[in-house]
Amino acid sequence: MLSLDLALKSLRNRAFSTSLTVGSIALSVALLIGVENVRVGMRESFSNTISQTDLIVGAKGGTIQLLLYSVFGMGSPTNNLSWDTYREWAEHPAIEWTIPYGLGDSHRGFRVIGTNEDFYRRYRYRGGQEIALAEGRGGSEVFDVTLGADVAAELGYGLGDQVAVTHGIGEVGFLNHDEMPFTVVGILDKTFTPVDRAVYVTLEGIEAIHFGWEDGAPPMPGEEQTRDDVLAMGEIEITQVTSFFVGATNRRDVLRLQREINDYEGEPMMAVIPGLALNEMWQGIGYAETGLRLVTIFVVLVGLLGMLVSLYTSLNERRREMAILRAVGAGPKRIVALLVLESVCLSAAGAIAGLALVYALLSAGQPIVEAQVGLFIPIRPPGSIELLFLAAVVTAGFLMGFVPALKAYRTALHDGLAVRV
Amino acid sequence: MSLAIDVRGLRFRYGNGPWVLDIPELTLKRGTRAFLFGPSGSGKTTLLGVLAGVLKPEEGEVNVLGRDLASLSGAQRDAFRAEHIGYVFQMFNLIPYLSVLDNIALPARMNAARRARLDGTGVKETAALLADHLHIGDLLTKRVTELSVGQQQRVAACRALIGAPEIIVADEPTSSLDFDRREAFLELLFAECELAGATLVFVSHDRTLESMFSRTISLPDISRTAL
Ligand SMILES: Nc1ncnc2c1ncn2[C@@H]1O[C@H](COP(=O)(O)OP(=O)(O)OP(=O)(O)O)[C@@H](O)[C@H]1O
Ligand SMILES: [Mg+2]
Repeated sequence: MLSLDLALKSLRNRAFSTSLTVGSIALSVALLIGVENVRVGMRESFSNTISQTDLIVGAKGGTIQLLLYSVFGMGSPTNNLSWDTYREWAEHPAIEWTIPYGLGDSHRGFRVIGTNEDFYRRYRYRGGQEIALAEGRGGSEVFDVTLGADVAAELGYGLGDQVAVTHGIGEVGFLNHDEMPFTVVGILDKTFTPVDRAVYVTLEGIEAIHFGWEDGAPPMPGEEQTRDDVLAMGEIEITQVTSFFVGATNRRDVLRLQREINDYEGEPMMAVIPGLALNEMWQGIGYAETGLRLVTIFVVLVGLLGMLVSLYTSLNERRREMAILRAVGAGPKRIVALLVLESVCLSAAGAIAGLALVYALLSAGQPIVEAQVGLFIPIRPPGSIELLFLAAVVTAGFLMGFVPALKAYRTALHDGLAVRV
Repeated sequence: MSLAIDVRGLRFRYGNGPWVLDIPELTLKRGTRAFLFGPSGSGKTTLLGVLAGVLKPEEGEVNVLGRDLASLSGAQRDAFRAEHIGYVFQMFNLIPYLSVLDNIALPARMNAARRARLDGTGVKETAALLADHLHIGDLLTKRVTELSVGQQQRVAACRALIGAPEIIVADEPTSSLDFDRREAFLELLFAECELAGATLVFVSHDRTLESMFSRTISLPDISRTAL
């Protein structure tokens, strides 16, 4: 108790160097825990983007590629599947439900997804949460469009607004289909997944914007169709889908179903199990993860080394103090205890300040990161990982404290009571 | 057993260096006020360190209050010092991050035996009482860095005296004081030592103070190595 009291008073007496040391440890600990939080947040939001879907089916190609364009709205699909093939599988007895996706277009940088009411009914994310509408309804007519939460917020769209859909993907499509404006009929609730950054139209809508593009080239001038032309056509025939999500009637059939789809002879296609593919993808990122963690651990070590240096260099000015302590009866053990306690206090204060800093930064930065990067980092009470880190930092501080402590011990033994300033 | 200090055949050196102390015999009766002098570098501080049990002699006996410090372990000597010895340095006597009160109270907080000798009076009260005796009662809550040198030395004396140790060792505590203050300081110190029945070993270059002591020891005379 006395040693702790002395240690605390001594640290307070050197308030400036103490706060510098605590500050640098706090920063490094904040970095460590912050990175860990971001990592967990990334991993979670990553694997939370889709749930309850047993298979994702698309044209043959890379599994990760299929996952990327179907779930994350990244990259571009190479081939589509025919509508008939899709219907054939949708009727398969082992398949309970499907959500068809028609991809390949964009609106001011946001992906346009052609789908149908199954999307609003069946799509699940983060542990089975459903898609909910903040306003309006899910699109059902040819020129209906429903916006992801971020799209509506960033572009400032509201119900009833007219938007143009671009053929092709990119900030600026080759051509604007201005002659065929869509009407906003619904805005989705925020999901903190890529759903927020997509624009949902019907599969018929996708067909409509591609009228005249059948050969892949833009329609000849004068041949463009207008909204009224399309509406006058009545029923629009859907010709293709890019991919579709599958919910199996029975989970046990998923592997068999996957094999069956992969072996389908009518058209080259493949099915991936989202959980496995996500894992596979994450493993690629895993190396970077380990590297990042190593770096942050080194940063913490550097912070603690800073403490060691500051304690060590302070010893010379404190020889006098040690001699006095010895004169009043402090044994070398108490001197060691005093210095080790100082270093434990510094590292504990640094660790706790770092933890507080992380939470302050997280709560301040969460909306910004979420808006800028689309990454939702959940804020939770410190868990076992955080406590483990804190314990490790304090233990490291404790061990490092022995370096200056043993030095002080030796000096104290050698100096005796001689006046040395 | 009226001897406070009884040194026999003491030889001490730092590491493998030359002998700093070689004292065939030195005895001090209890209650003695001893004046120890000798040229600079003659080993006065070293001798105090041996008597206080901070330094361990290589040869000989160092009986302090009947215990041979030379035969005790380091931890035992530390405990012995904490319980029985009060120490005053020449300067820079105080722990800079403790208040005046905390500095005075330190030995009592460090050692249970010293606390026990307060006879039920609290550590703070005793410290305040001692401070009053040495005329620094109004400084208790001050930071030690705000004190004059004379005030610092009196705080150091209070700290040495708290819990009534049998032996007070003072290493040139007055050398940074002017003459009037020196005498005043000594008188206060003597009064407290008398009150506690303590033996005082006082080192000084200043032979003008010699007459105030009951015994004078010249280190070069008792130590065969002294310069
Ligand atoms: N820690 C130490 N390590 C090695 N040698 C030391 C140490 N302390 C003192 N000495 C040496 O021991 C001798 C006696 O030193 P000491 O400090 O006891 O002298 P002193 O009589 O107190 O001198 P002064 O009057 O200057 O204080 C000196 O030669 C000194 O150099
Ligand atoms: Mg000396």
